[in-house]
Amino acid sequence: MNNLFVYLEIEDGIVGDVSLELLTKGRTLADQLKCKLEAVAAGYKLDKIGEQVFPFGVDTLYLADDKRLAPYTTLPHTSLLVNLFKEEKPQIAFMGATSIGRDLGPRVSSALFSGLTADCTSLEIGTYEDKKAGKVYDNLLYQIRPAFGGNIVATIVNPDCRPQMATVREGVMKKEIRNAKHVGKTVIMDVAKYVPDTDFVIEVIERHMEKSKLNIKGSPIIVSGGYGVGSADNFKLLFELAATLGAEVGASRAAVDAGFADHERQIGQTGTTVRPKLYIACGISGQIQHIAGMQESAMIIAINNDPKAPINAIADYVITGSIEEVLPKMIKFYKKNSK
Amino acid sequence: MSFKIVVLAKQVPDTRNVGKDAMKADGTVNRAALPAIYNPEDLNALEQALRLKSQVAGATVHVLTMGPARAAEIIRESMYRGADGGYLLSGREFAGSDTLATSYALACAIRKMGKVDVIVCGRQAIDGDTAQVGPQVAEKLGMPQITYAEEILDCTASKITVKRRLERGVEVVSGPIPMVVTVNSSAPECRPRHAKLTLKYKRAATLTEKQDAGADYTDLYTVHPYLTITEWGINDIEHDIKWLGLTGSPTKVKQIENVVFTAKESKRLTANDEEIEDLMKELIANHTIG
Ligand SMILES: Cc1cc2nc3c(=O)[nH]c(=O)nc-3n(C[C@H](O)[C@H](O)[C@H](O)COP(=O)(O)OP(=O)(O)OC[C@H]3O[C@@H](n4cnc5c(N)ncnc54)[C@H](O)[C@@H]3O)c2cc1C
Ligand SMILES: Nc1ncnc2c1ncn2[C@@H]1O[C@H](COP(=O)(O)O)[C@@H](O)[C@H]1O
Repeated sequence: MNNLFVYLEIEDGIVGDVSLELLTKGRTLADQLKCKLEAVAAGYKLDKIGEQVFPFGVDTLYLADDKRLAPYTTLPHTSLLVNLFKEEKPQIAFMGATSIGRDLGPRVSSALFSGLTADCTSLEIGTYEDKKAGKVYDNLLYQIRPAFGGNIVATIVNPDCRPQMATVREGVMKKEIRNAKHVGKTVIMDVAKYVPDTDFVIEVIERHMEKSKLNIKGSPIIVSGGYGVGSADNFKLLFELAATLGAEVGASRAAVDAGFADHERQIGQTGTTVRPKLYIACGISGQIQHIAGMQESAMIIAINNDPKAPINAIADYVITGSIEEVLPKMIKFYKKNSK
Repeated sequence: MSFKIVVLAKQVPDTRNVGKDAMKADGTVNRAALPAIYNPEDLNALEQALRLKSQVAGATVHVLTMGPARAAEIIRESMYRGADGGYLLSGREFAGSDTLATSYALACAIRKMGKVDVIVCGRQAIDGDTAQVGPQVAEKLGMPQITYAEEILDCTASKITVKRRLERGVEVVSGPIPMVVTVNSSAPECRPRHAKLTLKYKRAATLTEKQDAGADYTDLYTVHPYLTITEWGINDIEHDIKWLGLTGSPTKVKQIENVVFTAKESKRLTANDEEIEDLMKELIANHTIG
């Protein structure tokens, strides 16, 4: 009772990174709250789910294995969670801020009348004082997220309603195995008991899912380009430097919008969050929404022809110059010195 | 046969252009400094609804918005583009609503409309970025939902087929009517205003606006009933007050902070050959690269 639940996203029997990241965060918070970490898997052929999630410290894994639960459709997964949550009364429930989590979360929260905060960038436990009601709440979930286009950061709490629900984007939290040998308890759910047949009203006629080709999130070095790179052609310089250093290429939204780089490469509040060893920002001004996605990089080099670019404030090295001039030099000197 | 399509649209502050002056010294947003616009994805939703109208016999499109009196602007804007009319849900009881209280109020208003076949909304509003209201309205009305719609491919009196654009792919799904559909920004842009419709609906108004305009126009609205934008307050919808406004909102804002990043002490370099060479050497030496 009153544990912390994570809804697992599963594609082809593989648990998504976003869910593993939530389990990692969930484990830490569950320790703090002295409660259990529980995970729910709904889909088909789930026999390999346990081995994927137990190392993250899952105490209980609920398995709802039914052919009709894959691929995901809204109503059956909603009923499953709503009815399970009515029984188990979790204090906290997390989902990915993905096309599935953002379809499912609001529905579940509406059915249970529990508050949901979308796209959190940080989750903490703390107290809250309702001055009007003269009440103090301990051990509430702080759901922290940017608001108003990233210009402010808001901390949201749900004092009275349970579960406290939040969604988080992929890459925002770290993924870390807790104990490779840990094996928790598995509970097999009787799907018919949780999901009425009338929920299967959506027919999936066609489905094409691509595996992400890129691994920006996992790359230790990122060479990232902004609008200041000037053209898709100039972006080749970034790819060349990246190839030389064994790095991945990222981009700002302005560069993506201008067609210099694919959407998949976007870094920032509405793109991927990265924390590489080295982040080289080329022709990026450093607006709040971009910085939100890369500020935790261990080292930042900013290359910008404007000595006053805001990105410079958070950079370890500021190179004032044009990318056309600086990048070829970096490539040349690296090749020369690395031999 | 009638086929009623309702578009949920919201008037929002244009958060995409938040300048320095839009932030107050205490770190809160000065909403007044931002222009009010038609939420971008709701325009994509309107376009899908208008296309549906031309495909399904007897279809009408009405816009429902909850907001202050001036939100009637976006209903007129919708009429200029092809909508048949709209409903404004307004009143101080709705203030302070989070997404659950908003969706409860919208669901009550939709119930009052009688038979509704398709509800089309935007995926998310740019002021809250929550993408919750569409699915929550669907849940409150006991309807199924299709989110992330890019195109409504087909629709009959009993079945709707939709192409969805997801993060990592596309899906084509179909489901029964009534249905809630939420539309992505990847869907086609909304058609522009139509000159004839703009003329026709220029004086479309809510009761409040009519009263403000004075008695001169009373006749106009009797002769042309289509110029009346329905305005509903709390007493026009069947509701339970505890689900509305602040009391109906389980989420509370604990704290709002301005975004500040801790500045680092940076080393400044120029593009000069030597300085770049030294930097590369240093990065190799401390194993950052190589
Ligand atoms: C709700 C919302 C979400 C957003 N999410 C994101 C997000 O996830 N990620 C993101 O990146 N943005 C996001 N943005 C957009 C963000 O506000 C900025 O508009 C964007 O990051 C700017 O990109 P930029 O720095 O590449 O372009 P600009 O701001 O145009 O900066 C270009 C820079 O290049 C420099 N430059 C020009 N020429 C050269 C040259 N030859 N050599 C070197 N330097 C040069 C200029 O001095 C300038 O500093 C979001 C905005 C909103 C409202
Ligand atoms: N006050 C409102 N009036 C009408 N529709 C709304 C309102 N708030 C939200 N919506 C609809 O719900 C969608 C999602 O909103 P949100 O959950 O706030 O991101 C919007 O794109 C609108 O279609």
